Amino acid sequence: MVTCTGCALLCDDIEVVVENNRIKETRNACRRGAARMKGCVNRLIPSIYQKPSDIDSSIKKAAEILKNAKSPMLFGWSNSTCEAQVKGIGLARKLNAIIDDTSSFCQGILIEKVLQKKFRTCSLEDVRNRADVLIYWGSDAQDSQPRHLSRFSYFPRGETRQRGYEEDRVAIAIDVRESNTAKICKGHFYRIPLKGDREFILALIDALSGKVPSYDTKKILELAGILKKAEFGAIFAGIGLTYSIKEDLVVLLTLVDLLPNFHIMPMVGHYNMRGFNENLFRETGFVNRVKFDGNVNHEDKYSILEVLKEKRTDALLVIGGDPLSSLPGTVVKHLSAIPVICIDPCATLTSKIAVVTIPCAVSGVESDGTAVRMDGETVKLSKVMENNYLSDEKILTRLMRAI
Amino acid sequence: MLTVMELYQLLPKTNCKKCGESTCMAFAVALLSRKRKIAECTPILEENFKKQREKLEALLLPTAGAEETGMIVHTELCTGCGNCVVACPVDVANDPKGAAIGRAPSNDKVIFKVVEGKVVASNIKECRRFGKNRVLCYACIDPCPTGAIEFV
Repeated sequence: MVTCTGCALLCDDIEVVVENNRIKETRNACRRGAARMKGCVNRLIPSIYQKPSDIDSSIKKAAEILKNAKSPMLFGWSNSTCEAQVKGIGLARKLNAIIDDTSSFCQGILIEKVLQKKFRTCSLEDVRNRADVLIYWGSDAQDSQPRHLSRFSYFPRGETRQRGYEEDRVAIAIDVRESNTAKICKGHFYRIPLKGDREFILALIDALSGKVPSYDTKKILELAGILKKAEFGAIFAGIGLTYSIKEDLVVLLTLVDLLPNFHIMPMVGHYNMRGFNENLFRETGFVNRVKFDGNVNHEDKYSILEVLKEKRTDALLVIGGDPLSSLPGTVVKHLSAIPVICIDPCATLTSKIAVVTIPCAVSGVESDGTAVRMDGETVKLSKVMENNYLSDEKILTRLMRAI
Repeated sequence: MLTVMELYQLLPKTNCKKCGESTCMAFAVALLSRKRKIAECTPILEENFKKQREKLEALLLPTAGAEETGMIVHTELCTGCGNCVVACPVDVANDPKGAAIGRAPSNDKVIFKVVEGKVVASNIKECRRFGKNRVLCYACIDPCPTGAIEFV
């Protein structure tokens, strides 16, 4: 049995057939996981200024760039193992660098509240065994975490939910479009306008506290009825919800206070984003957007977006991320002006403009370690096959030594 | 979904009985349930029925890969989420410690398995749509949002 690193579910029941040191066949993994485990189409090669080199001189050059930079930044981390993340935080401390990960434009804000224990949360096993009302809010789990519904939330039979989805569970989707998850929820799909989450929550709060909601009265009252009867509920908060209410998280807190049986779970995309948030939280008390300078500084201006927009960095190390394809064009313009170092198993858009590229092993397939599942559970990753690539952790150790 | 009348309209409609069936309508029914093949109707192989034969072949083409129960898995639509693996009542009964609770199937008695990120059907004789006491079960079609499983 192998652990899949395709998404933050970290399915640990995958079987693989290895032939000639290559994965020939995967069983039980979804399409996303199967593609991840089979590795890259275009493998990254070590290079300096677009010219092929060897890994030792690439690491040496990367160390030189980071050492000479006044305000270096380390970004990525969501696709690295916990061990590599801890090393990365150590490196940032040593370099007095800014460190941030993809959660700063993803679920960071919600995970922070979960880690600060402001929200009730639960494990995915609890969901499987006990949950009877599931709300997919602004999240298309069916497409983003394909095995979420079949492995944990809606379809399986649990200890106290022996009749599974047929009778014991209700799945509700609240979204701006009819996603694949909403198609499964069928009768319980609530379509809201863009940025309409706040109004929807306020109406739901009204309904739950005995007032007549001002908005879509009949449907909201019906939903409030279902929520009140729930024995164990889970709200799977997707990025749609987080983006829509990030300025006003208090409304969500108020809603959860009215629903004592409900638990919030941020739906994480990258396999170890929660791991980075937890590691940084443990060391600094913040989940992302940190600058070290002897002390720990946490401000919004240290997010990757603000740093690039305001040209606050003069060297960027990207590990297991691809800012060039995931951030808006106006923001990434600054990348052309500064040296970029890219550590990744595959060739990405960012690696194409990088000054130094360092290939690494695909974690969970070519290197082992640990990762944190979307519910905070630590899962061990296994090494499936032998190879010559260095793991993220080893690269960072050597980088640290060179600095 | 293909109907008997659609197939019947394209047959010669002469009730010649050369195929062994008493009428062309009966042959159309047998064709739909994949008990007979187009080539068993000898008159349609003649030149003057060429257009009708081609149409008929095109109509029956999607059912060519179907299992005995009429199941087709459209692998290009399947995302390998495994909803059908867990939802299938036969899988639940045959693998209560595996597929039934969302884990990977732990034995070979299950109907659905995910291989290479796509669902593969086996043990088709266990399917509730198979055999004498068959029922019109929709347990694997309903949970599939992409429509990758179809019965023809």
